[in-house]
Amino acid sequence: MKTTRRVNWIAGAVLLLSLAGAVGALHAVDRIRQDATLQDTLYIRSSKTLRRLSLGYTGLLADIYWTRAVQYFGFQHHNDSRDFRLLAPLLEVATELDPKLLPAYQFGANFLAPKPPNGAGKPDEALALIRFGIEHNPDQWRLYYNLGFIYYTEFKDYAGATDAFARGAKLPVTNEMMPVLAARMAQHAGEFETARMLWLTTYQSTKEPAIRQNAVQHLQALQVDEDVTRLEELVAKYRQLSGKLPAGLSDLERAGWIRGTPMDPTGRPYRLMSDGRIEVDDPDRILFITKGLPPGMRSPQPKVAARN
Amino acid sequence: MKSRIASVAFNTFREAVRDRVLYNLIAFALLLSGAAILVGQISIDIERLVVVNLGLTAVSLFGVVIAIFIGIGLVSKEIEKRTLYTVLSRPVRRWEFVVGKFFGLTGTLVVNTFFMAIGVFLALLYVAHKFEAMDAWVLVALYFIVLQFLIVCALALFFSSFSTPLMSAVFTFALFMIGSLSEDLRGFASITRGIGGWLATAVAYLVPNFSALNVINRVAHGDAVPGRLILYNSIYALLYSAMAISGAVLIFQRRNLK
Repeated sequence: MKTTRRVNWIAGAVLLLSLAGAVGALHAVDRIRQDATLQDTLYIRSSKTLRRLSLGYTGLLADIYWTRAVQYFGFQHHNDSRDFRLLAPLLEVATELDPKLLPAYQFGANFLAPKPPNGAGKPDEALALIRFGIEHNPDQWRLYYNLGFIYYTEFKDYAGATDAFARGAKLPVTNEMMPVLAARMAQHAGEFETARMLWLTTYQSTKEPAIRQNAVQHLQALQVDEDVTRLEELVAKYRQLSGKLPAGLSDLERAGWIRGTPMDPTGRPYRLMSDGRIEVDDPDRILFITKGLPPGMRSPQPKVAARN
Repeated sequence: MKSRIASVAFNTFREAVRDRVLYNLIAFALLLSGAAILVGQISIDIERLVVVNLGLTAVSLFGVVIAIFIGIGLVSKEIEKRTLYTVLSRPVRRWEFVVGKFFGLTGTLVVNTFFMAIGVFLALLYVAHKFEAMDAWVLVALYFIVLQFLIVCALALFFSSFSTPLMSAVFTFALFMIGSLSEDLRGFASITRGIGGWLATAVAYLVPNFSALNVINRVAHGDAVPGRLILYNSIYALLYSAMAISGAVLIFQRRNLK
């Protein structure tokens, strides 16, 4: 009896020690091999081969590949890497395995299109992905919206964007903003207002919290860019009329050009600098802004950005 | 006759439960709850898709593995333990024994699938917070999976009626793989001319067609499954199982058990 108990104790201890040792060893292996898992997945790049290997359970395999694409993009983005070369093949495999995997088109194209560090800087591949999606899901207005969005934001191709929004607007199930966007693109109307409309449509048409938050951040950034542009124009006008820069934004208020102290979306007042520029009080708090930044400062970006 | 088949079936079910077959439900529950909780954090916008795809794929694969590994031992184990002689010395005919075994195993898998289906729907409720009309199609996919089990059970029983457990497992699994790729086989047959074409066509129709029974991806996207497909798949699975069981009965009737 005593011997049995001793053997049990020793076996239990060996088991726990071995487990701890194995976990430690695996951790060390992971540190050496970093992104090996993702690279391994691309040893098989043919969706036809994967389709056969999956024995028909392609849906689950496509979900796995889409998740890997998200993880890969997040990992590279988090590490400030500009190397996204596996992103397009991962998305290609995911969508070929399951051509109806809509999130892979909608979000995948917007991982691909923007310039680094926000995306992979491959707008042509993003367009190809969305076109493949439309080919297999011609009744999904969101895909036409994504197509128009990329034409507008990445290529400033108004004709392409107009065509995409117009085609999406003709679908039986569509978004009420699609014809409006098509018309605005056709007219090349006000950049700020058009961009605001696009982000508002993005916000209203998704339930994904991260995407909604991203849309809100872009809407706030647009607000700042528009405010700063307008305030700097007023400062220039003041300088032209009075021959000197205003001492503060209150001078613009006294001139009757603005009402109250203008605030940025975080509730902080804009600052008038000695050279007549307008800056936000805390530029790190408002992402994606291109105006109102101290000289030389780059537009603040989130650690992982997903767009429309 | 009915009560004898039912007795064999019930005992087969009881034996499977005693062999802790239903323990796979714990692994299934862990897999599905883990996926439902984690997928929202590691992916984007595919929570429902993953629950349906992963849930139904797991139901299917767990069931196929159970069907193969229990099915292959249904006859040989009884011979090895010599319990078969006790059964057959009573007024139980050999064909009744085979059919009873088949119903016992499929019954086990139906019960197993029922509990897994509850798990799938609970996970769906967790990720979507409500059921939608398109979730009803998941039931059709589950029904097709059960039809798949009927065929696999029948095949496992057929091979185990004349072969060793190991070889039966190999044969059944190979047929499951070929059957899952039967559309490729059909495509190959359609582009091959002459005797090769005839041969490929014959093989394509002889192997079980599991690809038509796999509508997991379709229902994951909420697409409808045509009523005609449900009808023809049901007829096909029943006839194919009947064919394999008949083969098993024919062989088992002639088998020398001494």
